[in-house]
Amino acid sequence: MTQDTLRQRDQRTGWFLVIPALLILLLVFAYPILRAFWLSLFTQNLGTQLQAEFTGLTNYGRLVGDSRFWQSLGNTTIFTVLSIIVELVIGLAFALILNQTFRGRGLVRTITLIPWALPTAVMGLAWAWIFNDQFGVVNDLLLRLGILETGITWLGEPTRAMFALIFADVWKTTPFIAILLLAGLQSIPKDLYEAHAIDGASPVQSFWQITLPLIAPQILIALLFRFAQSFGIFDLVQVMTGGGPAGATETVSIYIYAMVRRYLDFGYGAALVVVTFLILVVAIALTAFLLARARINVSGER
Amino acid sequence: MLKVQSPTTTKTLISPGRLLLWVGVILMVGFCLAPVLWQLLTSFKTNAAISTIPTIYWPNWNQLTAAHYIGLGGEFLRYMGNSFFVSFISTCLCLVVGAPAAYSLARLKIPGENIILGLILIVSLFPYVLLFLGLLEIVKAVGIGNNYIALIVPYTAINLPLTILVLRSFFQQLPKDLEDSAKMDGYNTVAMLQHIVLPMTIPALVTTGILTFIFAWNEFIFALTFITRPEMETIPVAVAKIGGASVFEIPYGPIAAATVLGTIPLVILVLLFQRRIVQGITAGAVKG
Repeated sequence: MTQDTLRQRDQRTGWFLVIPALLILLLVFAYPILRAFWLSLFTQNLGTQLQAEFTGLTNYGRLVGDSRFWQSLGNTTIFTVLSIIVELVIGLAFALILNQTFRGRGLVRTITLIPWALPTAVMGLAWAWIFNDQFGVVNDLLLRLGILETGITWLGEPTRAMFALIFADVWKTTPFIAILLLAGLQSIPKDLYEAHAIDGASPVQSFWQITLPLIAPQILIALLFRFAQSFGIFDLVQVMTGGGPAGATETVSIYIYAMVRRYLDFGYGAALVVVTFLILVVAIALTAFLLARARINVSGER
Repeated sequence: MLKVQSPTTTKTLISPGRLLLWVGVILMVGFCLAPVLWQLLTSFKTNAAISTIPTIYWPNWNQLTAAHYIGLGGEFLRYMGNSFFVSFISTCLCLVVGAPAAYSLARLKIPGENIILGLILIVSLFPYVLLFLGLLEIVKAVGIGNNYIALIVPYTAINLPLTILVLRSFFQQLPKDLEDSAKMDGYNTVAMLQHIVLPMTIPALVTTGILTFIFAWNEFIFALTFITRPEMETIPVAVAKIGGASVFEIPYGPIAAATVLGTIPLVILVLLFQRRIVQGITAGAVKG
């Protein structure tokens, strides 16, 4: 009996401790998403003098034929896929380096954290300056190396603007991936490599046969986080290109923001939020599924 | 003779592996620091030196100036103050609300624990652009536009998942005997948390607090949307606005100075707390 009441009291305290956090999370995360689902069934824009009029699925019909939305979705996908692939490769290289012992490793590890910690919006301006057409240091370096004969436009040309964005994003987020992967590398027992080497395996073989399979969970977690962040990229694009030139780097979030803030089309903006949310949820669920499988595989192999 | 010689020869010969490692280290450090150093250099160059082609990498004394920093003036200190205020308050609030929740999820077996954890994990993946429309409506309805509450509450919320996950993994590692014996001595749960657990938790709170402070300092889209009075802007928005202020003549020098000043607090945080930041990131992501 006393055990039971004690347990009940513990549970009551537990709820009491958890509820403030839950309330804040519901207010800031759940409410806006649910509200977007509801609002997306209404037309609320300058045409209706910002009054909400129920129009059912009209907004979703409009979305299907909205080439600007599909272009922004395509841009977002290109940005996300390319930046994540490059970040994973470079991040893994960083992690492998930081996993070695060398003099000054602590300092080097600190330095690699700096890009992660700096505000994206602020460093976006720095990157815009670096990729400046006239006085940018990228053009100057390429001229000095003889790769270019005259300076070229970076942020004013669609492909190169996307390249510059991806470059800046890779700079900013590779440290995060490196930290996660380094934690994975540090958890691999050293004797695994020794045994493998005794069996006659080269370091390259050990990398493919031991390192990569054993840090698969960390790779997937990094992928999951990076995918979600990258898919919602806003500040970097807003500051570096504003979505230009001519919408060539407009991501979904830039489009949503413009729809709400510039065109004051709240109903359609809400529909865009809903669709983006659903795409994200599906993608996250897929990765989480893979993650669960990878964890089982790893423990099975061990 | 041979025994003396052999170690010296192996020392002077660097193995190919070591050489490769050092090349990698240099590339890595260069990659991470180059943009920051470039802004630092630009921020001290005169306008004439900034717009000289080919680019000047080693300016002489005549090409250096502190004018860009002086030009930013007291206004910029105000933005720093704004950012500091919002980040600090939301960090405190986040710890006050998040730590009890983390403890509850680690120790007190409440029903639905796994569902709550799963939701917290999913929520941490939401991009903020999905939230700003609904929040904007609330901000307008409640009338807290241009009020820091409109930033502090969302910042607390976006940092809660990380806070809860990191602190929960910390609480799980605490030896349970201590809490059990405190309960034997007649402490109730809340008193036990205050007097026994809280003092041991301070290092973990610092770790988490640093991360939440950095994220709050860097947040852009809410700050851009909910605060429209110029004197209330936070650093990311204020700096971005310097960049967008004039279309024809972009003030590269002041922008560079502003980026340097706006990032200095974070560079200091990284230099001081590197180890804790790494711990926090890995605990927040991996142990969730």
